[in-house]
Amino acid sequence: MIRTLFTYIVFPGFLFSAVVGLLAGWIDRKVTARIHWRVGPPWHQNFTDILKLLGKETIVPPGRKVTFLGAPYIGLLGAVCVAGMVGRVLFTGQDGFAGDLIVILYLLTLPAISLIIGASASRNPLASIGGSREIKLVLAYELPFIISVVAISLKTQGTLQLSHLLGFQGEAGSHIASISGILAFCVALLCMQAKLGFVPFDASEAEQEIMGGVLIEYSGLPLAIFKLTKAILLATLPLLLTVLFLGKDTSPLFVVLKFVGIITLFVLIKNTNPRVRIDQSIRFFWGPMTVVALAALGLAIVGL
Amino acid sequence: MSVTLKALTRSIWVFHVSAGSCNNCDIEILDLLTPRFDAERFGIQLIGSIRHADAILITGAMNKKSVPRVKKLYEQAPKPCVVIAVGTCALSQHMFRDSYNVEETLDKILPVDLYIPGCPPKPEAMIDGIVKLVTKLRQGT
Repeated sequence: MIRTLFTYIVFPGFLFSAVVGLLAGWIDRKVTARIHWRVGPPWHQNFTDILKLLGKETIVPPGRKVTFLGAPYIGLLGAVCVAGMVGRVLFTGQDGFAGDLIVILYLLTLPAISLIIGASASRNPLASIGGSREIKLVLAYELPFIISVVAISLKTQGTLQLSHLLGFQGEAGSHIASISGILAFCVALLCMQAKLGFVPFDASEAEQEIMGGVLIEYSGLPLAIFKLTKAILLATLPLLLTVLFLGKDTSPLFVVLKFVGIITLFVLIKNTNPRVRIDQSIRFFWGPMTVVALAALGLAIVGL
Repeated sequence: MSVTLKALTRSIWVFHVSAGSCNNCDIEILDLLTPRFDAERFGIQLIGSIRHADAILITGAMNKKSVPRVKKLYEQAPKPCVVIAVGTCALSQHMFRDSYNVEETLDKILPVDLYIPGCPPKPEAMIDGIVKLVTKLRQGT
């Protein structure tokens, strides 16, 4: 019991993934700054931002107070659970349980759902635009992502357990080394980009267009929790991709290298693309991405 | 001073209000965020929503249309929040002093924490002003 609590709250759950995620967020900002030929913020910038938000006034717009203030915690809970489940398989070598991959797929939608609930409860027209875009984005990226995960699962004799995925790849080599693995990895990487709300797919939070969209009415502690949720996702999703596609060598050095590599891919995609409209991103995910994911699925069935 | 206030001085999120300016001050403010001056080094970021703001940057002479909106924006901002007046128009109405449309200066409407004069002020002047404000905040409480 205490060990489970420790897993979810301290390592590799809430505390660990929050710290790693905030540092990864700094990598994101620093690399972005270097691409812009700027200096960029110091390493503790994201920690300072969170700390500052804790000291700010929390303004609650008239309306659904409980829903508005409670929504951030739902997303945080989902992200922390995923961080714990992925981390304990990857770092401590625990077994998990049968079907935890499915649970993770469900839990990963909770941050998006909490954003939608919070945006709707704030009664702001711009927030509702952002919320509706978030709904469309979730509908768009879940389909190709789940197909690519199914392809990976089929390549691993149909298992739905993270530890089996890792064990299989440890013996047979990483899934990314095969054609279907590469295709599925590309699809999953772009879906994660959308899940994180990074630039080509950040229409729901568009700062310049709808002023922060879903987060527009949030201030103080709830905003800090949304930022933390995003940081935890930024720490967890690369690890999930590592488990799914790059699971051959899980010694600490290689995990860190793979983590930084995937983060760098995120940042490069983010900085070399303009924001796409929401209809363009739906067309992108339901069109080319789904076709590529289905191709990966077909190749996985044939055994390539 | 408290830890959160100290963190505030290292992570100032700026909301930019143009209350009837000629856009020159706004262009200089945008210069402040470009690679040459790179205000993100100090954690200064331009944000879109007033609910996230730590500093409200106001440019332009306050005309009759913009005064109620500026007041409303200040009420909507979460405290602690500083108000920065940028440019001579916001400070003293400049050439619009005798205009039919301009009645009061900004500091009659809101508690202004920092005045940055100039028409328009150079980005260096703004950085200097922000440094002074941060020093004042750290010593004042």
